[in-house]
Amino acid sequence: MNFIPVILWSDALVFLLIAACIVAMVYVRKREHLLLPWRRVAQSSMAMVSLLVLSLFLLVGLLDTLHFRVALPQTNNGEKVYSPEVLSVFDKVVEPLRTHTEKTYSSPFALTLYAKESVTDAQGNIVREYPRLRFGGAHLADEAARDADVVKRGLIGALEGLVVGVLLFYLAQLSAKLFRLRSSVPSPSIPLPAGEGSQLPSPAGRGAGGEGKLFAFRTVLIATLIIAALIGAVVNLATVYHVLGTDKVGQDVLYLSLKSIRTGLIIGTVTTLVTLPLALFLGVAAGYFRGWVDDVIQYVYTVLSSIPSVLLIAAAVLMMQVTIDTHPEWFTTSASRADLRLVFLCLILGMTSWTGLCRLLRGETLKLREMEYIQAAQSFGVSSMRILSRHIMPNVMHIILIALVMDFSGLVLAEAVLSYVGVGVDPSMISFGTMINGARLEMGREPMVWWALASAFSFMLVLVLAANLFADAVRDAFDPRLNRTEAK
Amino acid sequence: MIAYLIRRILYAIPILIGVNLLTFALFFVVNTPDDMARMQLGVKRVTPEAIEKWKQQRGYDKPLLINSVATGTSTLTDTIFWQKSASMFVFDFGYSDDGRSIGREISTRMGPSLAIALPTFLVGLLVYVSFALLMTLFRATALDIVGVALCVVLMSISGLFYIIGGQFLISKLWHLVPISGYAGGADSFKFVVLPIVVGIIGGIGSSSRWYRTIFLEEIGKDYVRTARAKGLSELRVLFTHVLKNAMIPILTGVVVVIPLLFMGSLLTESFFGIPGLGSYTIDAINAQDFSVVRAMVFLGAVLYIVGLILTDVSYTVVDPRVRLQ
Repeated sequence: MNFIPVILWSDALVFLLIAACIVAMVYVRKREHLLLPWRRVAQSSMAMVSLLVLSLFLLVGLLDTLHFRVALPQTNNGEKVYSPEVLSVFDKVVEPLRTHTEKTYSSPFALTLYAKESVTDAQGNIVREYPRLRFGGAHLADEAARDADVVKRGLIGALEGLVVGVLLFYLAQLSAKLFRLRSSVPSPSIPLPAGEGSQLPSPAGRGAGGEGKLFAFRTVLIATLIIAALIGAVVNLATVYHVLGTDKVGQDVLYLSLKSIRTGLIIGTVTTLVTLPLALFLGVAAGYFRGWVDDVIQYVYTVLSSIPSVLLIAAAVLMMQVTIDTHPEWFTTSASRADLRLVFLCLILGMTSWTGLCRLLRGETLKLREMEYIQAAQSFGVSSMRILSRHIMPNVMHIILIALVMDFSGLVLAEAVLSYVGVGVDPSMISFGTMINGARLEMGREPMVWWALASAFSFMLVLVLAANLFADAVRDAFDPRLNRTEAK
Repeated sequence: MIAYLIRRILYAIPILIGVNLLTFALFFVVNTPDDMARMQLGVKRVTPEAIEKWKQQRGYDKPLLINSVATGTSTLTDTIFWQKSASMFVFDFGYSDDGRSIGREISTRMGPSLAIALPTFLVGLLVYVSFALLMTLFRATALDIVGVALCVVLMSISGLFYIIGGQFLISKLWHLVPISGYAGGADSFKFVVLPIVVGIIGGIGSSSRWYRTIFLEEIGKDYVRTARAKGLSELRVLFTHVLKNAMIPILTGVVVVIPLLFMGSLLTESFFGIPGLGSYTIDAINAQDFSVVRAMVFLGAVLYIVGLILTDVSYTVVDPRVRLQ
């Protein structure tokens, strides 16, 4: 084996999250009443298109989470030596993007560098001109042929992408159909009422997309095709050009933008690992037990929320920085140091952001505990733990889900701001914040270096917009109060 | 009501102590006073004497939380925590690590902060509510749909983009106002107008959408139907009935931030070079100046609590049914 898998802290947390999601999905699949709101989400074409975009981002993020270190050619007394550089599967997939580095800035699709350099020409004279890029458009002999070449390659790539997109779509549909057919056969072990319950979705079992009502079929098809064509064109172009230009040290901006996705996703999701248990247990406990428990928990969250959050985050991050700096022996690679800082940033963001959800849950539990069914359970002598887990928790789940999907986009945006202020991710870690921070000062140059900023902002916009639209659809489907007002 | 206010103010004291303890813990769990001295003195090889002197001058030569040597109440009072925190409660913030009076600094920097934050808040509120009312008036029409879509897009754009884009477009391309900086008096207008505009545009998406939701919730209620049945025009229903009744949820979100306006905005001020409290805080964070950060945290917490109390008081103003017990 000439590589060794590396599991960074954030990777482990992501795997944990994925495992939790799979467990939740299996759990929900078996229960029709939990599945119902998700069916409503599936009917919304906006939500499905956002989900498609989000899952592409997720795919990039997940590939970027499988890390490894390559073995170096030389050995140390027969023992393998691994490169200190931690790579990911994603790096391997887009190998040319990562390795095709230029000297410095170059604009999108450029053939030459951004700045003039002294070059020795054929006659041995030194002239100042824009040198050709090492990789960007290196296959072109004639500079004038670039535009035609870009259009040609783009169209070919788009066509290829379309074909792959159509194939993928029908493959997905076919597998969904097969899956449905298998699962719609009622298993004999299920008792009769539940068996009838599983008969309920039979209209949905009639096919993944035949009816537009059950699944936003046509819109998703169109969106898939557009995205596939776009990806095809970009892939075909990116092998020979720098589609989004290069940055100060000549790294491809497209590569940087794609790498930033993982950082954004981790900030948006891993933070919930901290927020969720804290808010859930404390909020429900405060609302259910009241008395001194409520007083203590209320005191804690009032203290936390009365400190301006940026200050709290900044102070905590600075302290973490000091700790990391004084313990260099903890880390074998620079990637693991940057990674630990990312995980800590998530922890800190989680510690400062659970109070809002906690307050919501406390209020809801206060309301729920006065309901008849809870009082009935209490008078039957059901233990508090059981009431909490069987009666209260399931009834606040929709609040949690809505809060989590709503928080995600805010956290992605917060990362950029925090990195700008200097209390965000490690400066060596590729993220939207560090990209913006690095590119910001170049706005003053003439001609302007706009591409790095523009790509960071556009990638962020697409991610956050998709997340926002999806979150809206989830809220509409899950919020019982909202459904009533919409119905009026 | 007076009794209620007194109770609330008394309740603020344990919260402020908690806030102080938390910031104190954050700074001193990993950072000893020796580390602070070494960082401030800045030299690689500083003598232990210099560190001792630095600590003594700034009062960091005491035990952190509990003084085991002292007796009686001074086990608690003769410590860094007590010495540094007790004076906060009478708003005596002491001196920053570079020897300037934090209280003076705060009072001079409050002006520029307010010059930006106050107009942003007031004009912003007006714009957001008007936009939301407009969308509510034309609800379920093309205008409403476009408006909501616009809001979602606007709120998905990073705040940094508005600042950088605004600076580029208005200052660099059109040369209307300076990119950054600040001057007192009448000159200040041309410096503050861009941050204000950027601040308002940055908040329009989420705020207008939020207000629209509030109005729509209100407009489905029975009293609105009654008002329409009486023959009132839609505009009149919206302004005299819906707007008034939507005041409670609006106030909940709005009043709490009014006192915090004094703190300024970290991001805006540092981007536009405004010498306000926001940039003061950022500088202090970067310089790891514990005294300043602690003072700002304390001030922020006090203002937040004042905001909460003001919110409760404002309820009684807009809704005569509310009684503070």
